[in-house]
Amino acid sequence: MTDNGHAATDGAPRRDFLMLVTGAFAAVGVGAIAWPFIASLQPAKDTLALASTDVELAPIAEGQAITVMWRGKPVFVRNRTAKEIQEARAVPTNSLPDPATDQSRVQKDQWLILVGICTHLGCVPTGQRATDARGDYGGWFCPCHGSHYDTSGRIRKGPAPRNLDVPQYAFTSDTKIRIG
Amino acid sequence: MSIGLHNSEFKNPVVRWIDQRMPVFTMMQKEYGTFPTPKNFNYFWNFGALAMVTLMIMIATGIFLSMHYAAHTSLAFDSVERIMRDVNFGWLIRYIHMNGASMFFIVVYIHIFRGMYYGSYKAPRELLWMLGVVIFLLMMATAFMGYVLPWGQMSFWGATVITNLFSAFPVVGNFIVELLWGGFSVDNPTLNRFFSLHYLLPFVIFGVVFLHVAALHITGSNNPLGIEPKGPQDTLPFHPYYTAKDSVGLVVYFIVFAVLVFFAPNYLGHPDNYIPANPLVTPPHIVPEWYFLPYYAILRAVPDKLGGVLLMFGSILVWFVLPWLDRSPVRSMRFRPLARIFFLLWTVCFLVLLWVGAKPAEGTYVLIARIATAYYFAYFLVILPMLAKFERPLPLPESISRAVLGGGPLPMGAAAKPMEKA
Ligand code: HEM
Ligand code: FES
Repeated sequence: MTDNGHAATDGAPRRDFLMLVTGAFAAVGVGAIAWPFIASLQPAKDTLALASTDVELAPIAEGQAITVMWRGKPVFVRNRTAKEIQEARAVPTNSLPDPATDQSRVQKDQWLILVGICTHLGCVPTGQRATDARGDYGGWFCPCHGSHYDTSGRIRKGPAPRNLDVPQYAFTSDTKIRIG
Repeated sequence: MSIGLHNSEFKNPVVRWIDQRMPVFTMMQKEYGTFPTPKNFNYFWNFGALAMVTLMIMIATGIFLSMHYAAHTSLAFDSVERIMRDVNFGWLIRYIHMNGASMFFIVVYIHIFRGMYYGSYKAPRELLWMLGVVIFLLMMATAFMGYVLPWGQMSFWGATVITNLFSAFPVVGNFIVELLWGGFSVDNPTLNRFFSLHYLLPFVIFGVVFLHVAALHITGSNNPLGIEPKGPQDTLPFHPYYTAKDSVGLVVYFIVFAVLVFFAPNYLGHPDNYIPANPLVTPPHIVPEWYFLPYYAILRAVPDKLGGVLLMFGSILVWFVLPWLDRSPVRSMRFRPLARIFFLLWTVCFLVLLWVGAKPAEGTYVLIARIATAYYFAYFLVILPMLAKFERPLPLPESISRAVLGGGPLPMGAAAKPMEKA
């Protein structure tokens, strides 16, 4: 600009460059300051540390199910009957909204371990007790917006997009599992 | 007057001394004293002032509640019960705060309805309108997080369902949900951050209200005729005329508010929220607070998760572009024989959605919700843009004072010309 004594012709590109460099530094600076604040909102170390839960399977009779808490969420542990297993395996997988074989969802046929949280918007489906509504497919039913899950915890009908999640778990002995 | 001082017209020496150095008194006098205001307001124009008063009530009661409230999952429910039973007048402060949220939404819904019916969103008030939509979104966030604080069953499951809405977004969805939760489910970190934000957001709202009013005082108010004042004969000074009219409305408002607080404090609430939160059992019938029901109905009307979430957010975001969807030059629907009918139908649809949102999502309810949702969007995206082309408005009055003091409308040809500039 002429009013502050600089020649407009050769000063302009240099000024543009300086503006860009300043802007880039400012952007990096803002990012560097924002980072710790956003990270502080993510799960803290003690939250992450509550990561595993042991479950004793022996007391769960065939046809029964229990609910345990893992990372603040309910986990369903169901001792399936032969009929339930057979129903889960009889359906052709390609007819399912979220295709998966029953075999891929269990480690031992009779034990079905699931995160008990509807994949729609996070309610806890009913079906753990024999008296609960279990939906049209004998597994679980989510009362919030009407999702039906089968005896493999797969979504069959309703707004939920995915099957109930299978958490990471391992058999630590024949009658014990560790979730997480 | 010495150089550098404001030329104050106030006579009181203390007021004058301050005003010369910081002319807040001059500003208040200009914006709320002599401010020229159309002389034909009806009672719909009270609701902005009512909303302002309600915001102050919410902040005042909220600050006092915070002095007794404990934001921890193991203490929150009991601390609210302690407020209700042991803290002196705690029940009153909480009931005012709880019902104040409902009153706030009633007032703001009527305020928005007023804006839509009288075309207050049209040029030159587009930015004013958009700031209003921002306030509404912030209010929704604030009320949602406030409802989580007492940590009852509805608090917990409402928080779970609403935060899970964000998981519908591809790629970033789960990241956002974890940021909201600070863990793997709604839990203590969630409660803590919601309390922090619930305290903060009302003050952000206050800031945006300030901008909203600042924009209003540039364009001036709209009025039931939707035509601009043409001069002093069309306006009145805000004080004492509208301070008085607003006070009348305020008294009636306080009566309604008091009836709710003293005689039916839990009428608008849900009894399940007096059961402590239990992360293992979802109540069989979860419903959001009444003021969220229309959007909840839209969410459930769509069988697809992401689609439902998008339509739900879209149902409010579409308000932002309303000034550009409705291109008719006539503001007030008094002079729009067709738009008026379509808009009243839209209002009915909104109320139908509010009603159906509380019903189970099955059978005919779903069908009703779908029809109402379709009309909700059709009104904005199809009907309004078309009406601007095909509707023939009624003749506009020549001026506010002529319409108020009698005198016929102008002949057809003169009125059909595009909106006059003040
Ligand atoms: C825009 C204004 C506000 C709205 C719409 C709002 C809304 C709400 C709602 C709906 C509740 C739940 C009431 C219940 O069911 O018990 C609540 C609770 C609460 N709010 Fe607010 N609030 C606002 C401003 C504030 C402010 C400014 C503060 C603090 C300074 C505050 C502090 C609290 C506290 C401590 C609670 C928990 C106690 C209780 O549940 O009664 N609020 N708020
Ligand atoms: S949360 Fe289960 S169906 Fe919506």
